Amino acid sequence: MKKLLVTLVLTALSATGTLSEVRVGMITTLSGGGAGLGIDVRDGFMLAIKQSGRDDIEVVIEDDQRKPDIAVQLADKMIQSENVDVLTGIIWSNLAMAVVPGATAQGTFYLSPNAGPSLLAGRGCHENYFNVAWQNDNLHEAAGAHANTAGYRNSFILAPNYPAGQDALTGYKRMYDGALAGEVFTKLGQTDYAAEIAQIRASGADSVFFFLPGGMGISFLKQYADSGVDMPVLGPAFSFDQGILQAVGDAALGVVNTSQWNKDIDIPVNAAFVESFQKEYGRLPSLYASQGFDTANLLLSALEVANPSDMDAFRTALRAADFASTRGDFRFGPNHHPIQTLYAREVIREGDVYTNRIIGVALADHADAYAGDCAM
Amino acid sequence: MSVILIVEQVLNGLQFGVMLFLMAAGLTLIFGVMGLINLAHGSLYMIGAFAAAATAEVTGSFLLALAAALAAAAAAGAIIEVTVIRRLYAAPHLNQVLATFALILILSEGTRWVFGSFPLFLDIPDILSGTVTLPGGIQYSLYRLILIATGFAIAIGLWVLIERTRLGIQIRAGENDREMIAVLGVDISSLYTLVFALGAALAGLAGALVGAIQSVQVGMGEPVLILAFVVIVIGGIGSIRGALVGALLVGLTDTLGGVFLPEIFKVFMEPGAAQRSGSALAAMGIYVLMGGVLVWRPTGLFGVRRCI
Repeated sequence: MKKLLVTLVLTALSATGTLSEVRVGMITTLSGGGAGLGIDVRDGFMLAIKQSGRDDIEVVIEDDQRKPDIAVQLADKMIQSENVDVLTGIIWSNLAMAVVPGATAQGTFYLSPNAGPSLLAGRGCHENYFNVAWQNDNLHEAAGAHANTAGYRNSFILAPNYPAGQDALTGYKRMYDGALAGEVFTKLGQTDYAAEIAQIRASGADSVFFFLPGGMGISFLKQYADSGVDMPVLGPAFSFDQGILQAVGDAALGVVNTSQWNKDIDIPVNAAFVESFQKEYGRLPSLYASQGFDTANLLLSALEVANPSDMDAFRTALRAADFASTRGDFRFGPNHHPIQTLYAREVIREGDVYTNRIIGVALADHADAYAGDCAM
Repeated sequence: MSVILIVEQVLNGLQFGVMLFLMAAGLTLIFGVMGLINLAHGSLYMIGAFAAAATAEVTGSFLLALAAALAAAAAAGAIIEVTVIRRLYAAPHLNQVLATFALILILSEGTRWVFGSFPLFLDIPDILSGTVTLPGGIQYSLYRLILIATGFAIAIGLWVLIERTRLGIQIRAGENDREMIAVLGVDISSLYTLVFALGAALAGLAGALVGAIQSVQVGMGEPVLILAFVVIVIGGIGSIRGALVGALLVGLTDTLGGVFLPEIFKVFMEPGAAQRSGSALAAMGIYVLMGGVLVWRPTGLFGVRRCI
């Protein structure tokens, strides 16, 4: 009843031409171990809102502390008492799985700036759920494709033993044609990789693929560089983003990683984004910041066409993805997940800052493997 | 599965163990002497790592960084003891747990406030980086060898301190009977501050040493804290010797279990599934070990039954 009333009021307001406010709820990780990612998404998102010059969009930002239960509470609060039209911001797949199905079922739109669990791309897809980043497997698939290009025939692969880690190895193997010298699941949150590095040394592999996001990747790369094992390493961008590279230092130089975005994608919208982000926050943007920025711009493009209260029109406008993405061509597949080009990047040093440069396309115009399971 | 690999993994287990010992020694001293459960011990580990990273960034010297880690953690420990912990000695354990848990939150967010949310850089000094070839053709990281040696040296130093010095006598007396040594004229409150600062300094040193090969970030202390509690429960609460033996047992069990259990499972399972279930079981290994030790010796390996 309350929702109906709000809808009526909103419709009345827009009908009379008064400024109708759009409320956006952002639930993201701003404290604890993974806060760097949430802060980047938030900053990228808010930069786009600021640049749009619209003052009728109110963004409510809350910290989920990387805890699924808190994320669910926040989502309920935002939907039921703050009356947000659109939710966004969640970084981690387990939190997204806890929040998204409930939120979309209650008629709230959810735009994912980071997490893309396979279930939400396949059987659990929903017409109100849009993923602006990637399906979780995408970057790993790109790494597998790059391994073929680079001529690797015998990879040693490792990832933490949790759903996203298992998806990562599945994604790599989906595209990679060679043999496996070893496959290891580490503990989630593990900080010492001496045992795994010894196994790599003994395995006779010709390359190492790893998915160890955040601090786990920092530890692995530093220890790997110190171990004297010198076979090439590759991985998804999650261990090589702008926030992490400075903490890894020289140990990351020359490592190839895969990403849908990099700061040197040579299009005006991206150059302008990198420059304005740096000016606003005094640091280089990461891929997470670009995802936050793109998410906000997708939202803004849809708001130009329709108000979220007109759900069908707004959904169609989102689906059109008529915005200038920082990664160039961007469109949604049938399951509302991106079809996009994935690049291979290499870690380099510019002055005293470590960053990435694109060395080639890993997968062009790539969709995810789960779209077929989505009945929408 | 060659001999070289096994020896290398044993060394890895030892290195992990001695670093756990540095954490567990402080924890067990504090619990033994003061009867206090200090959950904020992991935060002192983090403070040591951050102090070291910040100092290394400014001065470029690893030795200065270690000194800064010791000093910062000891100072933080002393301040915490005087301002917060001192009020909790008479309180029930639950109040101690609550208060020290609050300290974790305060110290974590305080560290983020000062240093930001992104991990800091701290690297092995050039002179200690790279590998050395051990007898038998085993290539092993020089820095990790130094960590093992440092850990054992500190264990010996602590043993001398506890068994052979006047301060050690007071600490042991404090473990046995607090009221009595206060009556005998020992300034119990400065003894407590000193023990707390000593424990904190050891945690800070561990944070700095390990920070050089891992990532220096907010929240890095809590996973280690849990393992350190497992160590002191296995070793017997209050016993330094127990902390050393417990730490080595946990280090070896964790490392060797993680490597060899999946291999064993591969004998009768398909490799992917063997990997997953082997890793899952290995993650439980140390808790199974703890359970086994507690069934066999409820006070831990070197624990003494207390007279109350």
